[in-house]
Amino acid sequence: MQIYRGHVLVCAGTGCVSSGSRKVKAEMEKQLEAFKLEQEIKVVETGCHGFCEMGPIVIVYPEGIFYCQVKSEDVKEIVEEHLLKGRPVKRLMFKDRITEEMVPHYNDIDFYKKQNRIVLRNCGFINPENIKEYIARGGYEALAKALTEMTPEQVIEEVKASGLRGRGGGGFPTGLKWGFARAAKGDKKYVICNADEGDPGAFMDRSILEGDPHALIEGMAIAGYAIGADEGYIYVRAEYPLAIKRLKIAIAQAHEMGLLGEDIFRSGFNFKLNIKEGAGAFVCGEETALIASIEGRRGEPRVRPPFPANKGLWGKPSNVNNVETFANVSKIIAKGSQWYASMGTEKSKGTKVFALTGKVKNTGLAEVTMGLTLREIIFDIGGGIINNKKFKAVQIGGPSGGCIPEELLDLPIDYDSLIQAGAMMGSGGLVVMDEDTCMVELARFFLNFTQLESCGKCTPCREGTKIMLDILERITKGEGKEGDIELLQSLAETIKSTALCGLGQTAPNPVLATLRYFRDEYEAHIKEKRCPAGVCSALTSYTILEDKCKGCTACARVCPVQAISGEVKKPHKIDSSKCIRCGACMETCKFSAIIKK
Amino acid sequence: MTMSINIAINGQKLTVPEGTTILEAAKQIGIEIPTLCHLKDTNEIGVCRVCVVEVKGARNLVPSCITKVTEGMEITTNSPKARKAREMVMNLILATHPKDCLTCDRNGDCELRTLADKMGIRKIDFGAPVKDLPLDDSNPSIIRDSSKCILCRRCVSVCNEVQKVSAIGLINRGIGTTVGTAFDRGLADSPCVFCGQCVSVCPTGALTERFNLREVWQALNDPDKHVVIQTAPAIRVSLGEELGEEPGTIVTGKMVGALRKVGFDKVFDTDFTADLTIMEEGHEFLQRLTEKGKLPLITSCSPGWVKYVETFYPEFLDNVSSCKSPQQMFGAIIKTYYAEKYKIDPAKIYTVSAMPCTAKKFEANRPEMNSSGYRDVDAVLTTRELGLLIKEAGVDWASVEDSQFDQPFGEGTGAGIIFGSSGGVMEAALRTLSEVVTGKELKNLDFKGVRGLEGIKEAEVTLNGQTLRVAVANGLANAKKVLDGLKNKELDYHFVEIMACPGGCIGGGGQPRPSTPDTKQKRMEATYRADKGLPRRKSHENPAVQEIYKEFLKKPLGEKSHHLLHTSYTPRNK
Repeated sequence: MQIYRGHVLVCAGTGCVSSGSRKVKAEMEKQLEAFKLEQEIKVVETGCHGFCEMGPIVIVYPEGIFYCQVKSEDVKEIVEEHLLKGRPVKRLMFKDRITEEMVPHYNDIDFYKKQNRIVLRNCGFINPENIKEYIARGGYEALAKALTEMTPEQVIEEVKASGLRGRGGGGFPTGLKWGFARAAKGDKKYVICNADEGDPGAFMDRSILEGDPHALIEGMAIAGYAIGADEGYIYVRAEYPLAIKRLKIAIAQAHEMGLLGEDIFRSGFNFKLNIKEGAGAFVCGEETALIASIEGRRGEPRVRPPFPANKGLWGKPSNVNNVETFANVSKIIAKGSQWYASMGTEKSKGTKVFALTGKVKNTGLAEVTMGLTLREIIFDIGGGIINNKKFKAVQIGGPSGGCIPEELLDLPIDYDSLIQAGAMMGSGGLVVMDEDTCMVELARFFLNFTQLESCGKCTPCREGTKIMLDILERITKGEGKEGDIELLQSLAETIKSTALCGLGQTAPNPVLATLRYFRDEYEAHIKEKRCPAGVCSALTSYTILEDKCKGCTACARVCPVQAISGEVKKPHKIDSSKCIRCGACMETCKFSAIIKK
Repeated sequence: MTMSINIAINGQKLTVPEGTTILEAAKQIGIEIPTLCHLKDTNEIGVCRVCVVEVKGARNLVPSCITKVTEGMEITTNSPKARKAREMVMNLILATHPKDCLTCDRNGDCELRTLADKMGIRKIDFGAPVKDLPLDDSNPSIIRDSSKCILCRRCVSVCNEVQKVSAIGLINRGIGTTVGTAFDRGLADSPCVFCGQCVSVCPTGALTERFNLREVWQALNDPDKHVVIQTAPAIRVSLGEELGEEPGTIVTGKMVGALRKVGFDKVFDTDFTADLTIMEEGHEFLQRLTEKGKLPLITSCSPGWVKYVETFYPEFLDNVSSCKSPQQMFGAIIKTYYAEKYKIDPAKIYTVSAMPCTAKKFEANRPEMNSSGYRDVDAVLTTRELGLLIKEAGVDWASVEDSQFDQPFGEGTGAGIIFGSSGGVMEAALRTLSEVVTGKELKNLDFKGVRGLEGIKEAEVTLNGQTLRVAVANGLANAKKVLDGLKNKELDYHFVEIMACPGGCIGGGGQPRPSTPDTKQKRMEATYRADKGLPRRKSHENPAVQEIYKEFLKKPLGEKSHHLLHTSYTPRNK
């Protein structure tokens, strides 16, 4: 094996790839050759580091220097200065937002300081297309331990004792679920991984699939051993081509090394994995719909019971968990349930990966110990709100979740506290909203999403969400009526208690949560025909303040619909009937003479 | 062993066997929970949610139609929460449903409307726009009005599971979900066999037969037209249901009397051509048996079945009897033999047939069904339309007196009547075959092995030392099983009867609604009662049949028969 004196890790997660990391890598290889360093320094393509805001990310080892927003033009400097002359390039390091000092090392950056990366342990460190790198980091030791030292029952007990709960949203205790599938009678059983990540803004699972696919494979194989299944399916959305490619490579390599296939570790245990590409229906994240889709049927949920543990794929006992859940398993088996259960809160153990998006400075993936507060995630890890605007709320749990207002920011994150607050853990999407967000419009947005993604099978979800959406649309257009709030509430409660599956039962949550915390905004829309955040265009108007307008004509020139008129050097006017409320005039005005009401 | 489960419904304690649903348990103590999508054994999917009830400790309300009781379950059917939810769900269904109840085909027997009434819905909230989707009237049998569809999926379950035709399924999603064919083309361009089982289970006016009443009235009002009607065997045991009689009432005489009052020039009995079918098909069978022709011979009376085999199993077309169905034989005979005999210009004859079937409309429209030189059957009415015709004509059913069918086709045998039940064609054929083959009189006419509602029935009959294996299948899923069994040589028969509809014609897609297993049983029993009560119970003993062979056809499978009574089949695309 060739020994290199240094390694350059170039992130090849989807985020960094789209900001140009492929070019950076190519340039890096070119420059290393130009400086004749190709035998000394190795370039490694890794999975996601999570700090997508700062991509493309390049890390140089052994020093562990963290470069961000690297462009291909910067590569020559890194090679010449850092790799050849040993002088790290300061200007490409992360700049602390408060102290404005350059932070050379990964772990010293605020974004990473409060994280606890268990699931994401390998993401960004190893080449996901090389199984040996996973093994070098302790990979497949847990599978070996389970197969050679533990009975299936002991594996289940260990997972139960760890307190691991399903990371896909519901939070059902994983060990218990495995126990049901183990107890179910059947000549054939299946392990299924739900990788149909569909919440807007969520990409935790994609990162694991792209950055550390073996963590999933190992977890699934352990689950297979525990429940008595010899075959597994990974249901992954077709919109994740890189994840699918890396999974295929990983499965092939695991087979080659005997870590999948027949008689693994000479234990007599056989396990094989198939990939099923989903076609992008949100509802296929519901386990029975997912199973129907694998079987080639219309992706629709069915009534449970029977639960998949008894009657799953092709009628056989099946265990469905999501990617992050499986990715936790090998660490639990390797380090023991006690270690895992020592982290987190009383009822929510371990860590959770969140996708931090919206109006937050550091967007990206953050894995934190359960029990951390939302404030710590948003302000310490996330760096606070863009442009230092005022925080308004955070949507947690995607379209099925709810919003959490400022007064609850110190809520420790766990499954139960979030449900109590009217939200849910969901798969871990965090959409941060600032003062410029209209909460009625937010509810409309999410309801529009679930309404479109409803499979149409049961009445409440199919018909009810459409009626709710119609009401919300009316309200945001200024056509809200007395009684709309009560009707929304009443519909929401009925849909919640009568819909067939989780999608329908949780669809009204964004409305209920916004009604709970921001009822005044609904009332302002309905009674005063006013959008307090100034978002709903039908309820907003732009006005030119006569005393401030200098008559420069800039606004009139930029207006796309010629709604602004006036003579040069005299105050201008906006014709509200023509105005399309695009806001271009306000942005253009140098004298702050245009206001939005 | 079934366990007993102790539960409480609305505070009342009861014990029910394991596997009982909340709905069934409630019924036992006299509480009826509203249901809409539910169709026992066929559509148990719990999608409409109008049957939700409250169960203590459950996070959400539960659908009572498919939730099985568990030990200690405490159920409240009328809690404020459950009542409010059911009312709102019903309101959501009604919100977009067309409000043209007064002119709807289901005016009077709409399940949705009845349920809305029972649930006390007196106002429809939400003010949502009514569904406005295109009508599918692409075919002669079935009209689909998706605007009236409430997506209960009964039709889909019947088409996919009971009939295994899968012509329709769910398309689109969310609020855009509709029931449709592949690529949303009309039923005419789908594998639909027009059996009408979907029409039979639809709770609203979304699925109906194509109405032919207007054409029939036009003919009746035309003084130049000689209008004759033939009535199928299975109608006489079901028509009464449309007119207020109990299921299973035999109304043959009254039906004839009423149709005379309506104004038909002649009222004939399709039993006559049923007997004729036995003569032709029986001889076809004997010919194949003795000349080592293709066996098993499979019956061809059911037009839904014929289209099914043409579409899905064209490799079996040579096994299907070349005999036309009794309806089509009748049409051809009326416009030839009857026209000649009574010196009526066949161009002026208008033949109507009253059938328990929607596929018969398609069959009458088949381009080859014109061997008389005219369209053999001009209009086909379902049992439901026939009931409506009598009502429209203002005939007071209660006061109608029994009347006899007209000659020369008023003579039918018991063998013809039992054509209406699954197994009847086979039994009728066996009665005649026995006597033709053995030359001895058959003493015991009842071949009970082929009777009943069971999906597939098998029997062995020994004739002159030769054992014949026969099978009877009803419902196309069962037909499929038999064909697959024949295909992979697991099954081996000489003669097979197949009817597209479960139960045979008594369960046909044109029969009165609801057509439950219980009503079907009663209709079936009635056909055998009618058979027992007749002096002649063997087709070859029918004097009219004997006469037509003497005067016109000469012999079974003869040249005239070949021309008028037999047909050929066409493989079709799925």
